[in-house]
Amino acid sequence: MPSSARTPYDRIVAAVPVTIPYVRYSAESAQWWIGRALRALVEGAGITPRDIDGLCVSSFTMGPDSGIGLTQHFGLSVRWLDTIPLGGASAIAALRRAARAVQAGDAAIVACVAGDTNHVDSFRHTLEHFSRFNQDAAYPYGTGGPNASFALIARNYMRQYGARREDFGKIAVSQRANALRNPHALMKTPLTLEQYLAARPIADPIHLFDCVMPCAGAEAFLVMREEVAASLKLPAAKILSTIERHNAFGNDPVQFRGGWAADVDELYAMAGVKPEDLDFVETYDDYPMIVMMQLEDLGFCRKGEGPAFVREHDFTIDGSFPHNTSGGQLSVGQAGAGGAYLGLTEALRQVLALAGPTQVKGARLGLASGFGMINYDRGLATGAAILAGPAA
Amino acid sequence: MIEPIKRPRRKDPLKRTRLPTLPPLPRSRASHGFTRAAAEGRFVLQSCAACGTFMYPARDACPSCLSADLCFAEAPRAGTLMSETRIHVPAEVYFRERAPWRIGLVAMQCGPTLVAHLHKDCQEGKPVALSWQLDKAGQAVAFAHPEHETPNMSDDTQWREMSADPKFRRVLVTNGRSAVGQEAVAALKAAGASILFVGLAEPWKPFPGEERLRAIEGVEIVPLDVGDEKSVVDLAADIGGKVDILVNTTEHIRAGGLIGRRTSIVRDELDQSYLGFVHLAQSFGAAMRARGADGVNSAAAWVNILSVYALANWPAFGAWSAAQAACLSLSHCLRAELRAGGVKVINLFTGPLDTEWFQTVPPPKVAPRAVANAIVSALKGGLEDMFLGDVAEDIRRRLAANPKAVERELGT
Repeated sequence: MPSSARTPYDRIVAAVPVTIPYVRYSAESAQWWIGRALRALVEGAGITPRDIDGLCVSSFTMGPDSGIGLTQHFGLSVRWLDTIPLGGASAIAALRRAARAVQAGDAAIVACVAGDTNHVDSFRHTLEHFSRFNQDAAYPYGTGGPNASFALIARNYMRQYGARREDFGKIAVSQRANALRNPHALMKTPLTLEQYLAARPIADPIHLFDCVMPCAGAEAFLVMREEVAASLKLPAAKILSTIERHNAFGNDPVQFRGGWAADVDELYAMAGVKPEDLDFVETYDDYPMIVMMQLEDLGFCRKGEGPAFVREHDFTIDGSFPHNTSGGQLSVGQAGAGGAYLGLTEALRQVLALAGPTQVKGARLGLASGFGMINYDRGLATGAAILAGPAA
Repeated sequence: MIEPIKRPRRKDPLKRTRLPTLPPLPRSRASHGFTRAAAEGRFVLQSCAACGTFMYPARDACPSCLSADLCFAEAPRAGTLMSETRIHVPAEVYFRERAPWRIGLVAMQCGPTLVAHLHKDCQEGKPVALSWQLDKAGQAVAFAHPEHETPNMSDDTQWREMSADPKFRRVLVTNGRSAVGQEAVAALKAAGASILFVGLAEPWKPFPGEERLRAIEGVEIVPLDVGDEKSVVDLAADIGGKVDILVNTTEHIRAGGLIGRRTSIVRDELDQSYLGFVHLAQSFGAAMRARGADGVNSAAAWVNILSVYALANWPAFGAWSAAQAACLSLSHCLRAELRAGGVKVINLFTGPLDTEWFQTVPPPKVAPRAVANAIVSALKGGLEDMFLGDVAEDIRRRLAANPKAVERELGT
């Protein structure tokens, strides 16, 4: 196994995973949702807001605020502050930034939070103003957000590697089965493969159950040193390894791999584990096709073997490859930037044995990944983290 | 294979006219390099002067070497359609009304990958040819065509959103007395226009070509004197709701500069050319704008035939050049106002025409038939600016190089 040149994380932990249950539409602001998540963090940790000396925030809908506005809004006096606009990669990036800040002593307790509201028109508003390249070269073509962009990526992938809709369907159907055990999931009815296949087309080959439902909600966790967590008597998960990569493989005419593929060896080397050691995986599931790409790029199978890997495994909580155990964004909902956190907070709950009805038996070691920012024709931001529970 | 479009039935007057909606408008300033190319039907991509890299979307620095020395250069149109999708549930109202809408990813032979609207005959994995087009919002979009001509290809529904094809449309040609007007009628008829309203001032006065004009099936002679506001208002009241393409062939050309001429001659030029344009725009513009999405024979375009000397005064025809410049300026105003309806304003810039008013001007001159053919090709290609003939092209190039030189040279 290749060794890592990077400084290892030195007893840096994440704790107090928080999910503020989602709603389809909310008349409240993003700040309201973020505020609730912060409150849940201090309550969960048994601390006061004054104990938080670092803040890292992500939101699509908190404009015109950034992190600094939120400090005054919530009465936080922090000595370390970050606003991360990386969409679906925001949680991994937040964990990385916060962990290094804590390790260097720039902050002792960092609150990482993502929250978004969903007004009736806010999704369209976000799409319209997403990025300059999107505005110039994608939105005017009727893409109306990521559906069409992912459709083009998915279709190319299907043609190249022989993935079928049934394979994507298996991912979506398994996640729905997991979601039925999660009381907070917005999708509460079972989904069969037949229903998946018969769903109405959104942008071929993307059909209704390939898409996440935009909603309002918030997610959060704390990052601190292991001994601080111990002094607060908090169950805490060790950060073993993380990776982050932006705009990888820019010369691929159509995206068939993400930045994970550039850094995956580093990810496992730094953690000192192998893919098969993991007890569960939480991938970024804005579309099942992107899940399949991650299964390849994160080293569970080789490029092009994603479809076969999906056919061979059971992705439910009690299956051979427990995956997106909360139900993922596909079945829980996508609360804007909160969607980036969903897998990470669920991974924390899993390794801390706090997952309740979605708990994978004996889960000690898990991986969460992120993917974000269709700036133009592909997702640019990728990240992943390996976490270990106290039992690991 | 494209099914040929059918001639639209007579419209039920009780039916509500669907209001025009537009595709998304915002663009970065850099990306208007494509708007410029689309207006003239050129295919360009941004390229780095330092390292030669072609790039897309429009940037402010080269992604290969970070040079800021970027230009929009003519680029090979060839690419391969890598992947396509039919969007059934778009977010914008414009696309919802037209769903499913088909787009694709085209890998260009020269490097970049473009998202493009697709002609129906484009096939996945096959070569395609790209062009820049102006969409209904008047903004540049990439459009992928099949590599070779296919049957009825200009009838493709997505292509019809980009073009202003005369097929099955009703056209008003404002002056049937001129050679250009008559040739335009014949060319538009040949291009499939269904009705040709042809304006004539004082229609009882005979003129050359009258018999031939009247014999064309679909021609309806209408009384029109564009210099007379009432005449224009009356005609608009009669046919304003069924003019899909307006071709302004009004001309009033007199030789001479400024000094030693009577003001009344200059005023006549303004009355006919400039105020004539004003009257037409005020009477026909609103109805056309409201009918920009009215089916196969929606209002589609307004065509001006301007002299290239609208761009640089030619003192030999100095006062007339100034009137042309006024018309050009006004056309930009009209273009902005008609854009809300998705109706194009096409400016055709010509050098001196081969007609009696330029009798003493040496060649090269532009034949009226060439003007007519250019009108049709601009409509079919969805252009916005077209330079016709060697003189117009020459002036355009010289203006781009050094406008001061053009001023001096035209004045001596």
